[in-house]
Amino acid sequence: MIQAEHLTKRYGFTTAIQDVSFEVRKGEILGFLGPNGAGKTTTMRILAGFFPATEGRAIVAGFDVFEKPLEVKKRVGYMPEHPPLYEEMSVDAYLRFVATIKGVDRDKIDSRLGDVKARCGLAEEGSRLIKHLSKGYKQRVGLAQALIHEPEVLILDEPTIGLDPKQIIEVRELIRGLAGDHTVILSTHILPEVSMTCERVIIINNGKIVVMDTPENLTSQLSGGERIELDIVGPVENLPALLREIPQVKNVSLGEPQNARQPVLVETEGSADVRHLIARKVIESGLDLYRLSTQTMTLEEIFVKLTTEEETQEEETE
Amino acid sequence: MRNYLAIVTKELRTLFVSPIAYVVLAVFFAITGYFFYIILGNVIEFVMQRAFQSQQFGAAPPPFDAPAAVIRGFFGILSTILLFLIPMITMGIFAEEKKRGTIELLFTSPLTHLQLILGKFTALILFLLVMLVPTIVNSILLYLLSEPAPRLVTMLVGYLGAFLLGGALLAVGVFISSLTENQIVAAVLTFGTFLILWVIDATAGTGSTITNETIRYLSILNHYEDFTKGVLDSQHVIFYLSFIFLGLFLTSVSLDSGKWRG
Repeated sequence: MIQAEHLTKRYGFTTAIQDVSFEVRKGEILGFLGPNGAGKTTTMRILAGFFPATEGRAIVAGFDVFEKPLEVKKRVGYMPEHPPLYEEMSVDAYLRFVATIKGVDRDKIDSRLGDVKARCGLAEEGSRLIKHLSKGYKQRVGLAQALIHEPEVLILDEPTIGLDPKQIIEVRELIRGLAGDHTVILSTHILPEVSMTCERVIIINNGKIVVMDTPENLTSQLSGGERIELDIVGPVENLPALLREIPQVKNVSLGEPQNARQPVLVETEGSADVRHLIARKVIESGLDLYRLSTQTMTLEEIFVKLTTEEETQEEETE
Repeated sequence: MRNYLAIVTKELRTLFVSPIAYVVLAVFFAITGYFFYIILGNVIEFVMQRAFQSQQFGAAPPPFDAPAAVIRGFFGILSTILLFLIPMITMGIFAEEKKRGTIELLFTSPLTHLQLILGKFTALILFLLVMLVPTIVNSILLYLLSEPAPRLVTMLVGYLGAFLLGGALLAVGVFISSLTENQIVAAVLTFGTFLILWVIDATAGTGSTITNETIRYLSILNHYEDFTKGVLDSQHVIFYLSFIFLGLFLTSVSLDSGKWRG
């Protein structure tokens, strides 16, 4: 349903995202997790057709975002981080306007209006002016706006930001209820949010995808363990089996050889440092070890960043 | 078409919900009414003086078209007021959408830039009509009460001139508003640009070199003068229409490039 291929976006000399590629299947909920400024909003804006990418291409709901933007926009509901509301309008007038420019048939507007208002808990608020609504309700109007034209794809940028805990639960339930009919991408910088709502998670940091997996796998990776990269010269066919003899080693994978050097990725579990054991195994098997290093930005580091940010945010809301 | 109309309606709603529109209208009517009164008084005084002088010297006064003088003075002052007030109505037209983030809604909706720009411009033109049309009351009074009555066509051409001038100023304002997300910056830049376009012919030398002629041609006031005299010249109409086209075209370029920068 969504295919992003090597998306890169530069603003002048700064690179917001670099070589971001991923795929989202129909009916799936994908979470974008990353600290503030990681490139979540940039990626979502590209997919929603707000601005084009500098490089790469994106196919959403069967159409190329850059070649057929209008077709894509008809099929995408986008909720920016700050809900794009005309404060002086009533909820009904606003949703009616959005429905019109999103191309909802004239005779269907009323029924769509009733439907999204009921879904987003706005049934009673139709005639109220948006500027008189509380922040939580404004957020709901933002969500209703994204749903009004029954889009195949929903792109939600930090949908729960600024809400109180009860509202957060409501919005998360609402989003879970949308899966199946809609394909959803949502971004957040709050760790528990993805495990509660998403089927698959992309962690993005400094404009690059760090990891893409299910929340369960991520949590298991989190329970300790390290990713160690090796550069080896020599026949490595037997090496994976040898390395697995070390009890802490969970997984060994061979990369593409470069300049006769064979990169090897070793994943370990537990907190024990087994780098010396790995090095010994390599040397004993008669291979040349050129490099041994732990991966620069580990998942933990990112998660620490994420979780600390959530803590500070919670303090702010208290 | 439906998208275009939706934008027009939404813009009119936004304009008339904000207090700015009413303040602009009130100030505009008060000033145009006051100046109409002053100009009328001055012209009457002038005519009486001439009548008195000619009586003293026993000669018939040279012919003087008093109603035409009133019309000329009135449309002259009208243009100056438009110059001051139009930045107030165009300043927010794109800047406010950017500031509030609603531009994200518009840019991610299946709308073309043409629909968006023309929709907004149409709403502004309608607002300009709401400003201009009530001042017809002044002209009707003049038409009914003055002896001899002014030529109807003089007044109509005057209004056409005011409308075209207003349209050109609006187009410039729309373009400048699309450059920034700060309404005040947009208003100041728009007003500054108007002033430059207004007085640019003063910078032209006396000779008739190409540069001087070009600068004189660019002055929006020069093109307006003929309209106030009741002279309809197609070159001035074309000047204003191309000004509008240029303003809206630049707006579209600005919106496109804004997309690259985010």
